[in-house]
Amino acid sequence: MEKVIDEFDKDQRELIHLLHEIQKQFGYIPAHMISQISRQLKISESEIFGVLTFYKAFTLEPRGKYVITVCLGTACHVRGGPRIVDELERKLSIKVGQTTADKNFSLETVNCLGCCAIGPVVVVNEKYYSHVTMNKVDAILKEYKAYV
Amino acid sequence: MKKINRPEQLAEWKQRIISNRFPYKKIIVVSSGTCGQASGSLQIIEALERELEKRKLEDTIEIKITGCHGFCELEPNIVIYPEGIFYKMLKPEDIPNVIEETILKNKIIPSLVYEDPKTDCKISNQKEIPFYKKQMRLLSENNFIINPTEIQDYIALDGYNALAKVLFNMTSEEVIDEVTASGLRGRGGAGFFTGKKWEICRRVNSGVKYIICNADEGDPGAYMDRSLLEGNPHSVIEGMIIGAYAIGASEGFIYVRMEYPLAVKHITIALEQAKKVGLLGKSILGSEFRFYIHVIEGAGAFVSGEETSLMASIEGRRAFPRQRPPFPAQEGLWGKPTNINNVETWANIPYIINKGADWYSQIGTKKSKGTKIFSLVGKINNTGLVEVPMGIKLKNIIYDIGGGVKNNKKFKAIQTGGPSGGCIPADMLDLPVDYDSLAKAGSIMGSGGMIVMDEDTCMVDIAQYFLSFTQEESCGKCVPCRVGTRQLVEILTRITKGEGEEGDIEKLENLAKTVKKGSLCGLGQTAPNPVLTTLRYFKDEYEAHIREKSCLALACKDLIIYYIEPDKCVGCLLCLKNCPVEAISGKKKEIHVIDQELCIKCGACLEVCPPKVAAVSKYTGKKRDRILKKDLKQRAKE
Repeated sequence: MEKVIDEFDKDQRELIHLLHEIQKQFGYIPAHMISQISRQLKISESEIFGVLTFYKAFTLEPRGKYVITVCLGTACHVRGGPRIVDELERKLSIKVGQTTADKNFSLETVNCLGCCAIGPVVVVNEKYYSHVTMNKVDAILKEYKAYV
Repeated sequence: MKKINRPEQLAEWKQRIISNRFPYKKIIVVSSGTCGQASGSLQIIEALERELEKRKLEDTIEIKITGCHGFCELEPNIVIYPEGIFYKMLKPEDIPNVIEETILKNKIIPSLVYEDPKTDCKISNQKEIPFYKKQMRLLSENNFIINPTEIQDYIALDGYNALAKVLFNMTSEEVIDEVTASGLRGRGGAGFFTGKKWEICRRVNSGVKYIICNADEGDPGAYMDRSLLEGNPHSVIEGMIIGAYAIGASEGFIYVRMEYPLAVKHITIALEQAKKVGLLGKSILGSEFRFYIHVIEGAGAFVSGEETSLMASIEGRRAFPRQRPPFPAQEGLWGKPTNINNVETWANIPYIINKGADWYSQIGTKKSKGTKIFSLVGKINNTGLVEVPMGIKLKNIIYDIGGGVKNNKKFKAIQTGGPSGGCIPADMLDLPVDYDSLAKAGSIMGSGGMIVMDEDTCMVDIAQYFLSFTQEESCGKCVPCRVGTRQLVEILTRITKGEGEEGDIEKLENLAKTVKKGSLCGLGQTAPNPVLTTLRYFKDEYEAHIREKSCLALACKDLIIYYIEPDKCVGCLLCLKNCPVEAISGKKKEIHVIDQELCIKCGACLEVCPPKVAAVSKYTGKKRDRILKKDLKQRAKE
């Protein structure tokens, strides 16, 4: 890990870029790495903590194997996106922002993916599902339960 | 690709690209932006490649993968040139037939052709489809013919010609004069005159200056910037280099939302290619001008679209806005003069330079020049990106291009400008779309999102939706925005739940005005707009929620019930099987009944009830109360 951090310039402008890199490699920002980042970029730990909790892209907890993201942009909202969220919460027995106990699924929402024509949109890891209805939710989950 | 050291070499390169082009008989263009890919364009490409290989046609037919063509509703779609045949909503299994019939036998396949719902006419030529025909596609037209990952495609269309013209034939003052004369205004929201903005930054004396391309397109329902970056990234880059030359900047940044991975990928590829051939770096095209561009990926914060927050984010800090003045043109990134423009603004620049300010300023209205790309979404038949001249009437966009409201429902309102904008009602559809007319109506142009709402959309719910959005995205720095938006959301939520009280409307109005006046940045100053415009045009809906506890659009979950009409139900068990909480009882061929106490109002029963039967209804207000009362009596009996 130190290797990743060492590659970055000693400058605050690298902070968000570096956090993206760590998030990508580990799936979260391990808390113990904050002090390492602080030494490398010469900025305080509290500043780093402030930045990483400010942005939605970074999490301090590991996320599930499959991250389910429901788009709640305006177009998806008027086409029934919130009902899809309700259904997923019910099916997975978690709330938005949480991860299932078996660490398989995390449920998140996003403000807009810019695919407004095909909403409501659900994304699982990198796979997009378009025109999602209440009754398609089961089929989507089954695709992944089979893998687990 | 060799480095270009003189402007003449650019023209030579273009000639070489054109004359070296393989004489393909036909070109199949696949629209493959994010919505295309999400709808399956990659599988179409695979199927095309397989089929061409199988028939040994790879050397006569070209497959061209482009960005978004704009008609997102009909993705995945292809256009076959030279005829311009448009095929919609393709499946991989359609492809063998397309090759056999259309490519080999020149026959059109009627089932894949667009059918105009108004006239039932089948239209095979892309240019003749009303959705395209009535647009004025200036910036977005090249999305049909450019492979965004190949710089040659852009060069072949006179790409970077404007840059060469500027670097060798124009002074920085002349460039700014041209942009000023064109009347171009910022496409990101506020609509400040671009030439003036550049002039202010140019005049500041500083050894280091920066320019920024704001691609943090956060307004939900707006995605034209994504489409430009994905489909024609070099037009944005060329615009930026010209701007940097005019202002005297040596470094530029493109700040892209992380939610747009394909845009990040394409702009990064484009920058590398431009650098390789000497269009970026030191001594651009052999001139003395040097300029570098970096891509910065956002991290998921709406407020970073605000210019001072965006700069904080590039600096690696929390995206907090700060007070202006000093404006970015005086003290911006790392305290240096900085000029920020939106993606679409930058993409306009090469056109203005190439065709001249006189030509450009003929498009549009007196104070709003050029074209604007809107994303037409929501309850509309032809969802997609539309480019129109400024000043076009709203009704022309909605009915002529958009094809009217989905499922023949009644039009209620159009929301423009995202969370900072407002809702415009049906009786104002003659409104011309330009910066000033929209502002007068209480809304804004914003980045260009247009969300069509029909009779099933509740305006209180929409206001609640937008306020929840801005409340969550408020960075928390200033009190009016942090606390004010929260209070607004709480009151609105109460109203949508049927807990509204007399006086709530006045409270909303007062609070909204305070938040507008007292907030530090654009986010807070515009956040109450959705409340204010819905109050202005749809007060009756608020009153119905508060006084009669009824939601006329039947959208607010807590104010409606689902009910199975006994005289319509055929007892097919479909709703019963699909109810997630087993609230429906009944047997095959017997009337089903919803237990109102168990029902969570998810709407699954309404969704699955066959349209022929249509036995599930929603009720609010008095009718709802009557059904609930009957239900209660029934229970007491049992």
